[in-house]
Amino acid sequence: MTDQTPVLRLEDIVKTFPGVRALDGVSFSVLPGEVHALMGENGAGKSTLMKVLGGILQPNEGRIFIEEEPTVMTTPVQAKAKGVVFIHQELSLADELTVAENIWLGELPLKSFGRVNWAKLYEDTNAILKTLNVGFDAKTRVGDLSIANQQMVEIARALTVDPKAVIFDEPTASLTDAEKVVLFDVISDLQSKGVGIIYISHRMEEIFKITDRISVLRDGQYRGTLNTRETDEEEVTKLMIGRSLDLSRNESHHEMGDVALEVRGLSCGKLYQDVSFNVRKGEVLGFYGLVGAGRTEIAETLFGLRDPSAGQILLNGQEVRIKSPIDAIANGISLVPEDRKGQGLVLGMNCRDNMTLPQVDDLTAGPFVSDGAEIAIFDQYRDKLDIRTPGWRQTVGNLSGGNQQKIVIGKWLSMRPEVLIVDEPTRGIDVGSKSEIHNLIRDLAAQGYAVIVISSEMPEVLHVSDRIVAMYSGKVMREFTSDEVTEDSLIQAISGITADKVA
Amino acid sequence: MAELTKQGIGRVLAKQGILIAFVVFMIGFALANPRFIAVDNISGVIRSSAILGVMALGVTFVVIGGNLDLSVGSMMSFSTIVVLDLHDKIGPTLAIPAMFGLTLGLGAFIGFLVGYLKLNSLIVTLGMLSAIHGLTLTWSGGQNMDIADKSGTWFSVFGQGNIAGVPVPILIFAGLAIVLSLILSKTPFGRKVYAVGGNGKAATFSGIPRARIVFLTYLISSFCVACAGLLQASRSLGSQNTVGQGLELEVLAAVILGGASLLGGSGTIFKTVIGVLILGFIQNGLLLMGLAFYVQYVVTWVIIILAVWLDIAAKRGRLLSQIA
Repeated sequence: MTDQTPVLRLEDIVKTFPGVRALDGVSFSVLPGEVHALMGENGAGKSTLMKVLGGILQPNEGRIFIEEEPTVMTTPVQAKAKGVVFIHQELSLADELTVAENIWLGELPLKSFGRVNWAKLYEDTNAILKTLNVGFDAKTRVGDLSIANQQMVEIARALTVDPKAVIFDEPTASLTDAEKVVLFDVISDLQSKGVGIIYISHRMEEIFKITDRISVLRDGQYRGTLNTRETDEEEVTKLMIGRSLDLSRNESHHEMGDVALEVRGLSCGKLYQDVSFNVRKGEVLGFYGLVGAGRTEIAETLFGLRDPSAGQILLNGQEVRIKSPIDAIANGISLVPEDRKGQGLVLGMNCRDNMTLPQVDDLTAGPFVSDGAEIAIFDQYRDKLDIRTPGWRQTVGNLSGGNQQKIVIGKWLSMRPEVLIVDEPTRGIDVGSKSEIHNLIRDLAAQGYAVIVISSEMPEVLHVSDRIVAMYSGKVMREFTSDEVTEDSLIQAISGITADKVA
Repeated sequence: MAELTKQGIGRVLAKQGILIAFVVFMIGFALANPRFIAVDNISGVIRSSAILGVMALGVTFVVIGGNLDLSVGSMMSFSTIVVLDLHDKIGPTLAIPAMFGLTLGLGAFIGFLVGYLKLNSLIVTLGMLSAIHGLTLTWSGGQNMDIADKSGTWFSVFGQGNIAGVPVPILIFAGLAIVLSLILSKTPFGRKVYAVGGNGKAATFSGIPRARIVFLTYLISSFCVACAGLLQASRSLGSQNTVGQGLELEVLAAVILGGASLLGGSGTIFKTVIGVLILGFIQNGLLLMGLAFYVQYVVTWVIIILAVWLDIAAKRGRLLSQIA
């Protein structure tokens, strides 16, 4: 190991912003053919480090070496020319252009008089696509591809140069399990060609599956590098947050009350069919399944955003008709949506206004909104949920993901709902805040709320739920209590295997 | 430390840039021509800005709600022609409410199309710009509209009167600005306008009836247009069919100059008023400097581009950037 030349080496990188040392003496190296995980909570300095590497930011101190050659990165284009390529979490593709045009955008092969050499363009593109083993060709319109395939286009774009180091930033955030397998194949392919890979992710399972070494940042400081084979999740977590994360099976069972919400034979066209379940006061009901299994759509129906084609919804034994979110809120059903930034928050608004938004009509003194009533609610839930913000005037967009999620949860708790639905409670949230949100969900149930948690992460579902509903392709496959569930039976249920056996 | 101070100044500029620009303009013009800051000149500028200003107040609601309104100029022509025509036919006491009713009807129609049918506001109001113009011409038969007995009507009080020495148009502009500012900044409805414009989806997910809020912003806009039409008709007591032509862009310019984002979710009535006054004083200042009035069209455009550019630059912390 020691005699190999690192493809990329960082030495004592320091980057300061006014009042903050965002990076404080970070050093690490990537060897050829290695997958090197970079981990840290949100705000630990990962993205700043990547911006330094990509030439978007200049470090105040420290040096970057590519194959032991000292290098100064000034622009992203230059970084790419030197063989350092980024696969960003957020895709930056032009939907209306073809795969080939997207890959070679800005450097299309030309013939005389500046005409595009289409033949060469398609030929070169198909050659790259072939190495990636994808099921589409150079002439496909990017907008027609799935998210996973669009990500493949991003990767193909990286392969137009001879990459020395490829940096993947949360590449699996929007991929299904099957799509992840393809991505991991591509990564191991790059690996075998001697490319060094930096892999940024919050997902422990992946990190342990595909990486060789793990480097951890905390508060802008380098906390050490571990060999993946010689460590475990607990050690990594400790390094990241300075304490360990509890993801054991849920074993606390408190007193449960009456059935708060019951759903009978609910269907919504092709999205889901004949769904029945109930949730009691004081209970956390987990919904587990693959993306597209219909879980979010059920939540949206309960919240009045979709019209069911059949079935009944009963609240405290009474049938209710929910035609709009206004009806749902009036009936005591609240939804913390899966897309926090797109659906949960008005990012440009301050913390207080976001939190009181659904009830602003009721917080008036005369014709005007009562400042005092609003601040009282904000203060109460800031303390209750331990929301860390300089004050209520802070713009929500400036908060960390975990604190943003707590604002959304606070927004609904302050409405005192009967049923709280939380869709993907910890998506894109760092590991420290994750356990806080998990504890919060358990606490809410203990206080007598009926809580429905929808999640794509098995450890999360197992950790928070009293009962788990497994869904596959729009149908409820099985219901488990937390005592009887096993990881194997759960995976079988959400893959539709139980259905085959029954059939 | 030096870096920190620099950042502090940047933040003040970003927040109060429009106000600072306003003061700088005023000082500059005052130095060039002392008559510029004479009380009667200032009062005159505000009075002539009142019509534009009243319309800009309404459009501020529409823009904060995340939409555009390009129909206000043409709608103002309509209100003016209608109230002048009805003045002689049914008398001013009935003509005024009738005109308000008809104008609000147009606003409600636009609000229905944009809010409830969710059609693109640019397309709808651009179409309404020409449709309402056609409606106005149909109403007037293409003729200029004049009040027969110009000296004998009390109708002129809105555009020409004074109360305690203050011109009535200024009072109406100021009164509307205060009321609408309170509605926007202090009431639940105002909060919802910001939410709908800032993130319509999140507003829906919070149980806010997005369609109704958008509808109401257009109703407010058309109410302001009706007020502007009343001021215009009362000031001149006669009018062409095209009296409001082109005003929609000046109104939008004032709103943007005030710092409201065209993407919705930000802006205030106070800033819009400043935007209106800047436009008014610049036009006046250029005239006092002896420039032909048509120069102002070009200068106005340059100022808007500068304002928008500085606004973006202040937000991203530098004048030029590769990444928007």
